[in-house]
Amino acid sequence: MNVTALLFASYADALGRPAVELSLPDGSTVGDALVRLRGMPGGTALPETPLVAVNLAYAKPGAALANGDELALIPPVAGG
Amino acid sequence: MRSAIVARPIDVAALAAEVARAEHGAVIVFVGSVRDMNEGRAVTGIEYQAYEAMAGRELQTIVAEAAGKFGTEAIVVEHRTGRLAVREASVAIALSHGHRGPAYEASRYIIEELKRRVPVWKREEYVDGTREWVDPGGLRAGAPR
Repeated sequence: MNVTALLFASYADALGRPAVELSLPDGSTVGDALVRLRGMPGGTALPETPLVAVNLAYAKPGAALANGDELALIPPVAGG
Repeated sequence: MRSAIVARPIDVAALAAEVARAEHGAVIVFVGSVRDMNEGRAVTGIEYQAYEAMAGRELQTIVAEAAGKFGTEAIVVEHRTGRLAVREASVAIALSHGHRGPAYEASRYIIEELKRRVPVWKREEYVDGTREWVDPGGLRAGAPR
């Protein structure tokens, strides 16, 4: 399956880009995607378990992914 | 009820006019603006970034929660993105209510939940030319909703 991982703020700086297309085995979870991202150049700057959203809703590391999902790694929020 | 992530200056007076109601005796406007100092460092500006689709949705959820808890639907919230100078408004919450007590409470509820939950980030720019993403302790890993 293919999913898009969005990166923001310090996380985008760490990987040097705002989005990554990931090709993952069927049945992969949010945690599997995180392992893949942390294995990329600059990826070790990402926390092991960052806050993650899937298709605009906060999700847990064990959540299953589906083809076409939009994954977003959410740094500590700082609005206002 | 209305909320938006905007990339243009916030017109605070327009927001106050938008929530005015003949039957509401209290109008509260909260404006968050760029401060010239943070933790002892002189700040020259702040760049705001948002996960726009999710931030818009989360803001709308918070506004709906406030409407239900405090009993008014005359609420509008705008949060700005992009590079802001000192004193510019980054966020504005305007709402009206029949009475001032719940109006103040609703305004406070919205800004506190916004800061805790809405996926927006800010990078401060300092007088020495350096820039840093700010981590004020909002929602983070380990505490998913």
